Amino acid sequence: MPEQYDVIIIGAGVVGSLVARALSRYQLRLLLLEKHSDVAEGTTKANTAIVHAGYDAKPGSNKARLNVAGNRMYDNLCAELDAEFDRCGTFVVALSEEDLVTLGSLYKRGQQNGAAGLRLFNAEETLRHEPSLTKEARGSLYAASGGIVDPFQLGIGAAESAVINGVELMLETEVTGFLFEHNRITGVTTNRGDYYSRWVVIAAGLWADDLMHKAGLDGFAINPRKGEYFVLDRRSSEVVHTVLFPCPTPVSKGIMVTRTVHNNVLLGPNANTIRDKGDLDVSAAGLDEVWSGALKLIPGLAKRDIIRSFAGLRAAGSCDDFVIEIPGDPAGMVVLAGIESPGLTAAPAIAEEVVEMLREAGLELAPNTHFNPERKAVRRFAVLTRREQEALIATDPRYASVVCRCEMVTEGEIAAACHEVIPARTYDGLKRRTRLGSGRCQGAFDLPLVIGIMARELGISPLEITLKGGHSRFLARGTKEVDA
Amino acid sequence: MRLLEADVLVIGSGPAGLAAAYQARVSGAKRVTIIERNREPGGILPQCIHNGFGLRIFGRDLTGPEYAQRWLYQAQEAGVEIMTRTMVQSITPDLRITASGNGTLVDIKAKALILATGCRERPRGALGIPGARPAGIYTAGTAQRLVNIEGYMPGRRFVILGSGDIGMIMARRLTLEGAQVMAMAEILPYVSGLRRNLVQCVRDFDIPLYTSTTITEIRGRERVESVVMSAVDEHWQPIKGTQRELACDTLLLSAGLLPEIELARLAGVKLDPVTGGAMIDERQATNVPDIYAAGNMVHVYDLVDSVSESALRAGCKAAEACSGHEQPCEPLLPLVAGENVHHVVPQYVHIGAPRELIIELRVKLPLEEPAVVQLTAGDKLITSERLRYARPSEMIALRLRPEQYQQIGQAPCLRAAVVRASQIKTRG
Repeated sequence: MPEQYDVIIIGAGVVGSLVARALSRYQLRLLLLEKHSDVAEGTTKANTAIVHAGYDAKPGSNKARLNVAGNRMYDNLCAELDAEFDRCGTFVVALSEEDLVTLGSLYKRGQQNGAAGLRLFNAEETLRHEPSLTKEARGSLYAASGGIVDPFQLGIGAAESAVINGVELMLETEVTGFLFEHNRITGVTTNRGDYYSRWVVIAAGLWADDLMHKAGLDGFAINPRKGEYFVLDRRSSEVVHTVLFPCPTPVSKGIMVTRTVHNNVLLGPNANTIRDKGDLDVSAAGLDEVWSGALKLIPGLAKRDIIRSFAGLRAAGSCDDFVIEIPGDPAGMVVLAGIESPGLTAAPAIAEEVVEMLREAGLELAPNTHFNPERKAVRRFAVLTRREQEALIATDPRYASVVCRCEMVTEGEIAAACHEVIPARTYDGLKRRTRLGSGRCQGAFDLPLVIGIMARELGISPLEITLKGGHSRFLARGTKEVDA
Repeated sequence: MRLLEADVLVIGSGPAGLAAAYQARVSGAKRVTIIERNREPGGILPQCIHNGFGLRIFGRDLTGPEYAQRWLYQAQEAGVEIMTRTMVQSITPDLRITASGNGTLVDIKAKALILATGCRERPRGALGIPGARPAGIYTAGTAQRLVNIEGYMPGRRFVILGSGDIGMIMARRLTLEGAQVMAMAEILPYVSGLRRNLVQCVRDFDIPLYTSTTITEIRGRERVESVVMSAVDEHWQPIKGTQRELACDTLLLSAGLLPEIELARLAGVKLDPVTGGAMIDERQATNVPDIYAAGNMVHVYDLVDSVSESALRAGCKAAEACSGHEQPCEPLLPLVAGENVHHVVPQYVHIGAPRELIIELRVKLPLEEPAVVQLTAGDKLITSERLRYARPSEMIALRLRPEQYQQIGQAPCLRAAVVRASQIKTRG
């Protein structure tokens, strides 16, 4: 008799990982499958990192309901998962008379949705909160309940918390198809073998439609929408204190200027529908669009502060709302699809909803009395007090050795991240866990050192260290070695 | 935790830090300590295994490690203390410094501080190259460290963006290590590094060099697979139809150096928006009392000898400052960039007590003909010097002698300019 899970969750992004964690509160055998080399590798790692208040979505929609519900869960969730979260408030800025009308309807919609802490500000009040904002600002919609989060720590934290509570995680494991018995799904086939389960949850983000087709569900498509971004140097106090949106358009919330929880400034995204789900390229035209869009809000931005650009794909579905359902045919499956913005905000509420749907569908949920909600991130030396730093150095002298000068990341943190619940196995994985290489020099100084430290900690050759798994190795060969 | 007191504390042990510390000690500072974040002293020099160092100071054509070793011997003999594997975390304007390294935090109280933190390379993000973000994109200096110190080749087929000195030197080095250098692309119409490197590292090794050309796209999802090269117009905009895809697995960036000013900023040191480095007066002193700056963190030099020379000035003045030597109190006169001058250092000059002054500058545009560098105060020409040519890649130094000070008079500022020699003649 093959191994039998109660639930297999496909996709260890923030949604799948939070679903796995929510289910781990019960006595269930759970398997979380991820095709990438790390968790939180898809849309979770490349978005605007905003916790939305909930005035955008149409009243009555899944988006509206789960946005507001998810938003309320953030303080508690981020405290449990040790992910940085700042309910700093958000502004939608009106730059014209027309925009002021839009603000009015957003305000109304927000109230219908139950979004908390909404206020309409005039130009003067708006500029008092954000003095670098364009003098063209006519007013704003302020949302006290909006905020910013570290999406890497949230995603990784959710997955680690799930693993701490007994979820089995398999990385680099791609679901290739489903196993059926009559019209019920009984498991999945993967590149690493078959796994049997009573229930399967599709939380595959950009790839949700491909899996739905494999399960025999047609009529839904993911149309990836690319957004490009700039990251500016960690001097946000001079630029923006909170989150600034322009007035939204039908396809996008517009190009915004926001502070990140680490006090960088993030500009973007634009919105272009593309076909290729692996296309994360940035284009000259796209970046120009982002820059000029951001200038409309903050005219004083300086290009010399740019330290990085990137692109992320939103998993936009062919219907307007989040798809959250148990299709019935085939049975034994929960579909979570089209989780685009405000998906990050809604994710914890989606996870709770999945639990309730499974309960109603007959899955027996006996509480897991050993459930531990707490998970700790790798401690960041740079933000500790002097006394805490000394204590940490006393436990491991490698905390006194700084490897990344821009972000002050120490060798102790790198070593710790390589031995975490879900270890960092790639440079990017390390970066998301420690902020290594996220500063102004973008890793130019630390890379040669980090390759050596990772090789030692992971017990592999420096030649095997990769940027992001697969064929992304840094080194080709030793010097004096001759290519075959 | 350790507590340390120093008369002169030097941050960085590269060609500036070693020379500054040596000179501070020789000039009478009792306790001189260097803090170095790397495992070994020398800053970037240990990985610069090519020659071309020290001709002016030591009268010998040395490699980087040899040049560092000479200064290291001199500094150690003079009694300089060096703390390696130690990184400064914070500096307050009253010169309290916290550093960490070797398993401990260190608090340091210094009477004078010399910032010799060098420079860093412009990374990809700052260049804004469109395309994918795979492995295989390195700054030339990172590649140099991997090859010369760590003993690894970061790729097999290289394209180099920019024609800075490190990029040209790496083109030769990688070729010698059995790699293929497919192309070097420079967005400017001329090479940005030194002529001797162009000849010895690029032409002598048949490296294809394309000027007025840049990389407009990086391709490859996991590892670099190719780059797209395009010709650019005079506004650096890619010209349609000139794209050319080059297969390669590595892109090296050699597109400019930026002063490393993280610590200077913490200490409240004023920065020059053009050089990106610390603003100084003729003593290498910054706006913060008892903080001096030297070498590439002031402005990026072309030759290592000049880096060390600027540090000798800083070392001497820092030693004087901490021994209670009287500090100049006469007014500061700004020194500004005039015609065809990109930037000029020092940014301020004390004009009271005459002392010899060295003015360093770089031109904006190349003049491949005899030129003249001039220093003026209002309408008055203070001094000038003839040059065979003027190139942005080569720093120009102009010496102002004590007796020339008197001519400055009441001018609001000093101005440096570089003009064609022929222009002077026609002006009569």
